[in-house]
Amino acid sequence: MLQKRLALKRFKSQSSSYFADVCLSCPQIQRGIAYEKTAAEVSCWRNIILQNQKAEQMVFPLNQESSGPKRVEQVVAGWKVQTPLEQEIFRLLHINSQPVADPVLTPVEEQSLKAMSLEEAKIRRAELQKARALQSYYEAKAKREKKIKSKKYHKVQKKAKCKDFLKQFDEMVKTNPEGALEELKKMELSRMEERMSLKHQNSGKWAKSKAIMAKYDDSARKAMQEQLQMNKDLTQKIVVPSDDEHESNEEGLETVPDFVNDSEPVIDSVNPWMRGQLTHEEPEVSCVTTEDVQTAEEENEEEELVGEFERKRKLRQADEEDLIPTEEEQPASEVVEDVVEVSDKEEEEEEEEDDDEEEEDVSEFNTLFRLMRSEKTLEDGLLNEGQVRVRNIEDLEVLGEVVDPQPIAEPSLPQTAAVEATSEPPNKKKREIDLKEVLTKEAKAVKVPFLPTVVDEEERDEQISIIKEAFAGDDVISDFIKDKSKREAAGRPEVVDLTLPGWGEWGGVGLKPPRWKRKRFRIKAAPPPPRQDQKLPDVIISENRNASVAAHQVSQLPFPFQNTAQFESSIRTPIGPTWNTQSVVKNMTKPKVITKMGAIIEPMVKEHFIKNKTTTPGGKGPAIMLGENKRAKEGAKRSSEKHRGRRSQKRRK
Amino acid sequence: MKVKVLCRNPDDYVRETTRDIQRVPRNYDPTLHPFEVPREYTRALNATKLERVFAKPFVASLDGHRDGISCITKHAKSLSTVISGACDGEVKLWNLPKQECLRTVQAHEGFVRGICSRFCGTSFFTVGDDKTIKQWNLEAPGYGVREEPINTILGKAVFTGIDHHQRESTFVTCGQTVDIWDEQRSSPIRSFSWGVDSFSCVRYNPVETELLASCASDRSIVLYDTRESAPLRKVVMQLRSNTLCWNPMEAYYFTCANEDYNLYTYDIRHLDVPVTVHMDHVSAVLDVDYSPTGREFVSASFDKTIRIFPKDKGHSREVYHTKRMQHVICVRWSADNKYVLSGSDEMNIRLWKANASEKLGLLSTREKAAAHYNKKLIEKFQHHPQVRRIARHRHLPGDILKQKREQREMKEARRRREQNVRKHSKPGSVPLLTEKEKHVVAVVE
Repeated sequence: MLQKRLALKRFKSQSSSYFADVCLSCPQIQRGIAYEKTAAEVSCWRNIILQNQKAEQMVFPLNQESSGPKRVEQVVAGWKVQTPLEQEIFRLLHINSQPVADPVLTPVEEQSLKAMSLEEAKIRRAELQKARALQSYYEAKAKREKKIKSKKYHKVQKKAKCKDFLKQFDEMVKTNPEGALEELKKMELSRMEERMSLKHQNSGKWAKSKAIMAKYDDSARKAMQEQLQMNKDLTQKIVVPSDDEHESNEEGLETVPDFVNDSEPVIDSVNPWMRGQLTHEEPEVSCVTTEDVQTAEEENEEEELVGEFERKRKLRQADEEDLIPTEEEQPASEVVEDVVEVSDKEEEEEEEEDDDEEEEDVSEFNTLFRLMRSEKTLEDGLLNEGQVRVRNIEDLEVLGEVVDPQPIAEPSLPQTAAVEATSEPPNKKKREIDLKEVLTKEAKAVKVPFLPTVVDEEERDEQISIIKEAFAGDDVISDFIKDKSKREAAGRPEVVDLTLPGWGEWGGVGLKPPRWKRKRFRIKAAPPPPRQDQKLPDVIISENRNASVAAHQVSQLPFPFQNTAQFESSIRTPIGPTWNTQSVVKNMTKPKVITKMGAIIEPMVKEHFIKNKTTTPGGKGPAIMLGENKRAKEGAKRSSEKHRGRRSQKRRK
Repeated sequence: MKVKVLCRNPDDYVRETTRDIQRVPRNYDPTLHPFEVPREYTRALNATKLERVFAKPFVASLDGHRDGISCITKHAKSLSTVISGACDGEVKLWNLPKQECLRTVQAHEGFVRGICSRFCGTSFFTVGDDKTIKQWNLEAPGYGVREEPINTILGKAVFTGIDHHQRESTFVTCGQTVDIWDEQRSSPIRSFSWGVDSFSCVRYNPVETELLASCASDRSIVLYDTRESAPLRKVVMQLRSNTLCWNPMEAYYFTCANEDYNLYTYDIRHLDVPVTVHMDHVSAVLDVDYSPTGREFVSASFDKTIRIFPKDKGHSREVYHTKRMQHVICVRWSADNKYVLSGSDEMNIRLWKANASEKLGLLSTREKAAAHYNKKLIEKFQHHPQVRRIARHRHLPGDILKQKREQREMKEARRRREQNVRKHSKPGSVPLLTEKEKHVVAVVE
């Protein structure tokens, strides 16, 4: 330490170059550097060592050679080239760095073989296997799907694919314009084909039949229309999408007309077009730009108007329904009207001038009243879902609009969108069949006994009588009960009485300690935990410690286990062949270390385990040494030594 | 006409040979095989007992030396050959399966201090008290030809140990300095010294082949790298280490046998505290050798026993001793992980099984399966008191037992004393040291 400090002082006083010299020549620092270097180098083993320590099974020797025939050169260590002819041949081979024996690999090949370790190969294999498996799954799936006969299914699939393709295409336009162009060309080709073939122009057999049916059948008409639409789509000239994004957007919309047909199979009898527009509106709203706001507003106003009409219409309908079917309610309404009339009469006496106004008021009142009543019925419907049935979608829509009629009337655009968003989902939900709604009666749970209870009454009686006869002399049952109660009593803690008679009062024969004393000095222990046989009337379970068993039991939790449950589970699973199949037993009882009989276990070799560091040239030389070669090698070694010496010298400097 | 017949595969019910047991179809329904834990426990207990019954580790004794055995080494390429050196300078080659001496060489005058065989298995080196290093051919000379070394190097001082490089033709000796030699040269190509006058043991790292470690007489263990110009680092312990051994599977661990009855496993990256302290011997530990799998090591002690330690456990799993075996000086684990060789003062080399109750020779698959099952059962129920009691019981000679008891008392007394000192001194002034920290005095850079 002192020296160090002195050195530091010197450093401060003198020049830095001098200090550097001192530093490098100081053996302590040299040693420190060398140690750090070696420690870092040795640390590269860490992963391998940890892996081996954790390994479930290690097989020694580590690098086992493959069994089978070996070459003479591999088996015989000290074989040397002797005759001049052999020397000549081998020299030639060495010069061209060719394999010496015929199955031997060239150094390059050997290296390439060694480049992939066993683990890497395993990983690679696993990957390949996975890929193959995935491929086969995919193939199987494709086959299955191909076999499906449902036309609708395929139609839906095709549409989904088309959508996907369009999406991809849009992306492609941005990322890979050349590819997009090619795709465009393909599309163009298909368009040409379509134009030539007239496939979708209602010229086929099916189309003709549909055309006949179209007069009477709605669905047939629709199908025909679809067909035509398809033709239209296919023959439409494709605009190069890079020109304008907006157009591509529109295109995207145009490809979606099918879902208009899919969405609602029940047709609104009043105005089928409106529905189309309403459903169509959603995507439009979602992709509104600033330019479109005005037009959208105009549209909106129209829609509002239409919505109002619709509402009024529905209200009217509801009124009619109210009037016509419910005859019980009629008298009530009449009464109300009567009341109104009475009031009218009273008012007539006072002022006859405002007759008209009053009539209007009354009508308003009536409408309000009806509205309230309808709301009430609606509420009732919510309360007991099973009773009032929603027959069709019209009714549903009425319900939905009666609940919130105002937001629709409001003019602003985003609100309407919100209303649509809020009003649609419940409708959709209602459309799905809810089991609870449909099945109003609860299903009866049928209990099936596990065993056939076909024991004859007579037999049982007989058995009981036999048992009674057998135990006629001694009353076993009562004995058992007594025994159990006795044990229970023994298990209960006793009350400790610490009262001292005569302490603080008069004592004597026949005098009881007073109540306060008893209360204070009689100590009740806490009740013991409930007995295990508490709920089992015919069983006595002894909870005492059995000394003879205790000698075999583990008293403390052993080290690696965290809790008793863990330890118990480790003991509970049997590993023997009595309980497990052969392979399981083999797997469970495999030893940690396997050694091969009669094989020398060599220490680890760095080159086998750590790939990136190729230090020793010894292993990679040719199989057979030549005289010249040996000399050359020695020379190389010497030169390397010199190099090392230089390195050390450098370090010394 | 086609007749359909029910048929069975004969493989399912026909046994392979008449000596085979009958094939029985099994039903693994757990309700048919109740009480699995008690039954397995009984089996485990029986397995433990049988393991102890069959624990007969002593295999053979090789006698022929006329003085105490000072060193043993394994042949690099042959499992059945062992070379041993004695205190009278004699070196003997042994054939283990035949249990006979193949060859005797009067190698040195005085002790043979160290032997090492070359990695190729063609020759071996010896060093002795007569300040020479001699290289010998492993093949015996022809009839009538005198035994003569291939090569003799005369050194300046006594050599006390030798070890050969794993793959290259260099070897290292220790004495007054640690010298690295080329086989072709008569003078060391490099010599290390670090203020110490004598070393007792030097070993090459078998994995990181450029690393060296040596035990010095100033209670230190010194590390070297042959590529560097100076030693790397030095650990000074409370007492001297006699020998050390590198783990052949874990490059940065070595274990040293110390005079203070313990063995210490070190990680060379963190030398200030040993990784594990292995305690059980009751006298100085003289030699240590790792099993080739790197999972265990065997140690020889002055207390006339050899012990086998798991590499990461503080106590031994096995102790071997016989009435006639005196101070054990050297010990080696055979390269196939099956046997342990020990050389002792009373001129005998003893061959032990590494697993005392293991059945030797070829086993049938059923025997193997049973052995594995039993081993697993013992492992599973190892925490149960009866199983543990039986599995851990070892017979020890009376004097070792007595010494053990004595030492326990001494240790307890020391502990109590330390506790009292701590109690009566200023808090914090007497630090609480763990067992690992107690034995290292300093790490010198």
